[in-house]
Amino acid sequence: MKKLNRVTLALATVATFCVSPVWADNIAIVGGTAFTMGEQGKVDNATILIEGDVIKSVQSGGSVPSGYKTIDAKGKWVTPGIIGACTSLGLVEVEYSAGISDYTAKLEDSDYLGTQIETKYAVNPDSSLMNLTRIEGVTSALSVMADTDTLFQGQGAFISLGDKVNPIVKGNAVMTLDLTGSKVDDTAGSRAVVWPKLVSVLNEAASLKGKTLRKKDDWDGDLSKADVNALVPVMKGDMPLLITVNRTIDIRHVMHLKQKFKDLKIVLVQATEAWRVADELAAHDIAVLLKPESNLPYDFDELGATLSNAARLDAAGVKVVIGMDTHNARLVLQHAGNAVAHGLPWEKGLASVTSTAAEVLGVSASHGSVEKGKRADVVVWSGDPLEVMSYAETVVIEGEEIPMTSRPTKLRDRYLKMQSEKPYRYVKP
Amino acid sequence: MNKPNIKRLFGDGSKHLSVLALSVGLACHAWADDHQEKSEEQSPYVEINKDPFPSTYKPADSGTVLITNVTLLDGVGGRMDNASVLIENGDIKQVGNSISVSDATVIDGSGKWLTPGIIDNHSHLGVYPTPDVDSHADGNEMTKPVTAEVWAEHSVWPQDPGFSAALAGGVTTLQILPGSANLVGGRAVTLKNVPDRTVQDMKFPDAPYGMKMACGENPKRVYGGKGGPMTRMGNVAGYRKEWIAAKEYKEKWDKYEAEYAEGKNPTAPGRDLKLETLMGVLNGEILVHMHCYRADEMAVMMDVMKEFDYQITSFHHAVEGYKIADLLAENNVCASMWADWWGFKMEAYDGILENIPMVANAGGCAIVHSDSDLGIQRLNQEAAKALSDGQKAGLNFTKAQAWEWLSANPARSLGVFEQTGSIEPGKDADVVLWSGDPFSTYSHAEQVFIDGVKVYEKGNDALWPVTDFELDQPGEGEL
Repeated sequence: MKKLNRVTLALATVATFCVSPVWADNIAIVGGTAFTMGEQGKVDNATILIEGDVIKSVQSGGSVPSGYKTIDAKGKWVTPGIIGACTSLGLVEVEYSAGISDYTAKLEDSDYLGTQIETKYAVNPDSSLMNLTRIEGVTSALSVMADTDTLFQGQGAFISLGDKVNPIVKGNAVMTLDLTGSKVDDTAGSRAVVWPKLVSVLNEAASLKGKTLRKKDDWDGDLSKADVNALVPVMKGDMPLLITVNRTIDIRHVMHLKQKFKDLKIVLVQATEAWRVADELAAHDIAVLLKPESNLPYDFDELGATLSNAARLDAAGVKVVIGMDTHNARLVLQHAGNAVAHGLPWEKGLASVTSTAAEVLGVSASHGSVEKGKRADVVVWSGDPLEVMSYAETVVIEGEEIPMTSRPTKLRDRYLKMQSEKPYRYVKP
Repeated sequence: MNKPNIKRLFGDGSKHLSVLALSVGLACHAWADDHQEKSEEQSPYVEINKDPFPSTYKPADSGTVLITNVTLLDGVGGRMDNASVLIENGDIKQVGNSISVSDATVIDGSGKWLTPGIIDNHSHLGVYPTPDVDSHADGNEMTKPVTAEVWAEHSVWPQDPGFSAALAGGVTTLQILPGSANLVGGRAVTLKNVPDRTVQDMKFPDAPYGMKMACGENPKRVYGGKGGPMTRMGNVAGYRKEWIAAKEYKEKWDKYEAEYAEGKNPTAPGRDLKLETLMGVLNGEILVHMHCYRADEMAVMMDVMKEFDYQITSFHHAVEGYKIADLLAENNVCASMWADWWGFKMEAYDGILENIPMVANAGGCAIVHSDSDLGIQRLNQEAAKALSDGQKAGLNFTKAQAWEWLSANPARSLGVFEQTGSIEPGKDADVVLWSGDPFSTYSHAEQVFIDGVKVYEKGNDALWPVTDFELDQPGEGEL
């Protein structure tokens, strides 16, 4: 991404020509079938006006005022930018044996709780994953730790994949906590150790009654002030708590936590066996962020794995979000499509990667739908975006049409042209 | 591709199946008797039994089945609309627009598509089964860098629930490989995806063995701290050292055979499981499947192949296959690839979405593989993505051509293309009836036939194979 150049250029444009007080290009996306995922629902022959980095209006038909660059979307499908709901985008370039990967952390010999970890300081917008992900229509993402040896895996950031200098949309977006059997096995070794500790931590955090501790305040809890302070927004429900958990009885324990700490905004992650308690989850207003294709019993926590997890949760009224991957976060639409193939209604499939994702992650004021006042993240597709053979043709992020290039597309173009006499290293696509 | 003569190697049961290490060659015996100048009487001829764990798979009676009115992709590039396919005695009998037959089970395929069963030449089902617990990790003999003596079939757990899930994805044949920790990981085995009690009950009759080799980072990572190899140059030295030993071993056997044929009474070489497998490759009987990501490493491996006069049947993963698509085609080496996996290690960093169509476009043998118990359930979608990305880049393959990546080419790579991998008369009736266009996310494998026998039908409990492991567990009966 060439952020600095673009910013410089924009400033130069303003300074030299004084054409506009805002960004140079306003955009109109015209003629497509828009699935706004907002109150307007589906809008045929849509005219979507984008001014600066926000959506100004969405209507069927109508004309485009002067000063707009028009993108013809006739015969195309138009949707909000896709949200990568649970990724580590920006935290990792190459996973194994290739230097630092910021999505894992080793804090051995420490009683660090993990609540203070903040991914917002580790997100690298120049990661090659950004361009190759966004040209497939993914325009924003939650970026969280993949693994730490602490009880909590810390706070994840909600990021934009656009070309702004600062990719962070919401730096302290969620708190993450992994309670799967395999995670417990790797750390304390038994749920009988981890759960009482968790309850005790939440009790201490609740005792603050929403007020963070100052340096001079007395405090006789077991946790450090910094650790417990980090949980204050979680206890108030201002920061969603993402709990990775698979086994049915563990999910029931999570529901008990919700009964005790009523303000918690809990999102189950992965939640392989959630369908078995779908009605109760709906009653507790607990959303589920899952991998719809994971239908095998990877361990004894996941014996109930099934392709119809998403469909059954949705049928019970649970909010379903899809999108757990990093290097292939771009495959989120295939995952949603497969949930649809196994019973999730199509609209819910698209919502699971747009509006519902935004709502569950607490960013729906700005993201997740094509509506007046929202951030202008809009994608024009060749066809049904949940179909594997469809692709993004135009991607607008924060009001800017992004170049549809990435490191892999340049590799492709270099070797597609290799038949020429020129040695390949001189071929610069 | 250098394809061994399968029937010659394994097909004639009377020659090989009934004997163990020793057999009396009657013909040779008689011949020796005629040569009175030989004073020494010949000992019994020593022959290595090449099939000590023979297939016991016997398909049920398929009866006569007529599938009508389908959109047919034949797996070798052809498409026929409104087609009918006649199955008799487990084989494809006839393909045409109107086939009339009395007394057949007729399946109306209106609105549906029929394809050859998907063949995945890269699976670890059974050797890395679910539940994915330490007790089940039977896919990598990580005790030394060359373990050509181990055979994947001795690790396959037939109760792996992944087999059933793959069947629901339309997979009818699959190769189970050892993992990629070792320079030479051992023998691979080809199975028909029929749920049964023993691995022998699943073994593809008369299929040649495969042998797994691995390039690059994995052997380095595993053995770097365990005596080596710890570099790529160490890897290559490791392969060459073993091929030299295998050549010597083969020469001993060749000499033994020649001298015995002359009427002499030579002593047979001692048995060596490791060298027997490597010798099988040198003899063209065992097919090499080599995990290799980087273009430059694949080029080196093709030189090692020429140095020791064997054939690499397919590179696996071949994430940089597109950079040397011309070399792959020239050397008759297939590339078995993912549609879009990349970036999990440096050697996978240059992965591109157009890899598969670019390899195919150079005239090479492109294969879609899974290496995944989830990916194997929707390989049709992997081909669809590759097809679409290729078309976007101006590589205009058709859906009919793309199906070759899923059936004919993998069948060739496993040495079973004479039996399966296309819908043509005489072939095994390994076919899938799809609810619609299999290049759509929303289509399902509705009915799956192996040797003409319906082994899976969507929504039909009676045809949903539930493993022993799943009985009385929360997921029993769930797909």
